[in-house]
Amino acid sequence: MPVTYEGVREEHTAVRTHAGMFDVSHMGEVEVEGPGALAFLQRVLSNDVGTIALGGAQYSCLCAEDGGVLDDLFAYRLGGDRYLIVTNCANHDADLAWLGRWSRGFDVSVRDVADRYAMLAVQGPHARAIVTATLAIELPPRMRVAHARVGGRPALVCGTGYTGEDGVELLIDPEIAPAIWAELLDAGVVPCGLGARDTLRLEACFHLHGNDLSPERNPIEAGLGWCCKEATGFVGADAVAEARAAGTAERLAPFKIEGVGIPRQGNPVLAGGEPAGVVTSGSFSPSLELGIGMAYVRSDLAEPGTEVEIDVRGKHRAARIASKPLYESPASRKEK
Amino acid sequence: MTKLAEASYPDDLLYHDQHDWARLEGDEHAVFGITWYAQDSLGEVVFYDPPEPGATIDKDSSYAEVESVKAVSDVIAPMSGEIVEVNEALADAPEKINEDPYGEGWLVKVKLSAPKETDALLGADEYRKLLDA
Repeated sequence: MPVTYEGVREEHTAVRTHAGMFDVSHMGEVEVEGPGALAFLQRVLSNDVGTIALGGAQYSCLCAEDGGVLDDLFAYRLGGDRYLIVTNCANHDADLAWLGRWSRGFDVSVRDVADRYAMLAVQGPHARAIVTATLAIELPPRMRVAHARVGGRPALVCGTGYTGEDGVELLIDPEIAPAIWAELLDAGVVPCGLGARDTLRLEACFHLHGNDLSPERNPIEAGLGWCCKEATGFVGADAVAEARAAGTAERLAPFKIEGVGIPRQGNPVLAGGEPAGVVTSGSFSPSLELGIGMAYVRSDLAEPGTEVEIDVRGKHRAARIASKPLYESPASRKEK
Repeated sequence: MTKLAEASYPDDLLYHDQHDWARLEGDEHAVFGITWYAQDSLGEVVFYDPPEPGATIDKDSSYAEVESVKAVSDVIAPMSGEIVEVNEALADAPEKINEDPYGEGWLVKVKLSAPKETDALLGADEYRKLLDA
C-alpha cells in the first residue's frame, strides 16, 4: 500500500464526499473455532464477546496482564462457535503467539488465516451503492458481517471501516483481488493510500496502535474503557479495573491547533509553559484545513476546551483540547 | 485536483543540490525557492513557515519549513544573507509552491552577504544531470 496514489488531499476528499478504496491486505486474520471459542475469546479480548450475535462484529483490546494494550482489533462472529479476528499487521505474529499461549486448556483451534484473505476497504458516502451495484452482492448493515460470493469465490463482507464514513471491508480470495480492485476502479472508486487512511482515521479519532496505543498504555488512559468489560475476567481485567477506579495520570485527548502549525507524533505538549504530555498522532486535517492530533496529556487538562501549547520543532503553537470526533461526516450526524 | 506545474528547471536560475533555486537580482540580492523536483517529492504543500524579515540565513542551512499533509521538510539556503522580504501570499495559498514554484511560489528575498557563493551553485543543466543520476 503506497502512501498515496494521486495526492493525500484528493484521496481524503474522495472518501469524505464519494468513495475511496484501500488495499489493506496487510491486515492479519486469525480464525478461532471450537466449542471453547467463546470462553477463550472472553479470556483474551477486553470486550464482552458473549454479546456478539451471529454475524455480528465487535471492537476490542488485546491486553497484557498489566493492562497494557498489545493490539486493538475487530472480532467477527462467523458461526455459532467460529470467530474471525483482524489484527494489525505489525502485531500479527505476536498476537498469534499470545493467543496460542492463552488457548491452552480451552477446546479451541487458533489458526493463522492471513494468507487466505486479501482485504479491500471501500469507504465513503457512495461506497455501499457502488459495491452493491458492481459486485452484485447484498451488504450487511454497520457492525455486521455477511458471507457472500465475490468473483465466484467465498468472501466475507464486513460493515466496518476506519474512516468515519459509511462503507464496507471486503475479505476476499487474494487470487481475485486485482480483478475486483479493477472493477471498483472502473466504477469510479478512488484508490487511496496510507496517507489518506491516516488523516481520515485521525479526524474520526480512531486509534492507531503503535502511535496512540501501546503496551505501555492501558485502555482507560487511551479512552477505550467503553470496550473493556472487566466482569468477563479477561487477561488484564484487574489492572484495567484498578485504572478505571483510581483514574490515570494522563489521558489521550484530541486537539486542534488554533492558528498555524501542524503537530506531529512526538511533539511535546505544554501547559503554562510546563511539560504536560506528548502528541501520539498529528497531521494536517484536509477536512478542517488545520493542524489536528491526539496527545496523552495530564488528566486534568484532558477536558474539551482546555488551552494547551504544542511544541512543534521549537515553535509553541496554541491548541485547544477538542471533543471526539474531530470531524464528523454529515451522514453519521444525521443518523444520531 | 490541484494542477501541478510540469517538470521544468529554468535556465536563468542557479540551483543548490538540496533542490533549492536562487534568482539573482542585481549584484546583491536574490530570490529563493524550491525546485519542481522538491515540490513534487513533497506533495501538496499545506503550510509554509517563513523566517522573519531581518533574519540572517547561512548557505547550506535550513531557513524555513514547508509541510505537506504527511511530512515536514526543511528548506535549505542556497546562499547566505539577510531576509529582506518573505512571500506573505503563501500564508493563505501555500499550494502556489506546487503550482508555480519559480513564480508565485517564491519563498524569500535575500540581501546577499557573500555574492561569490554563486560559484558553488549549479546551472540548470548540471542540476538536471544531478536529478538523472
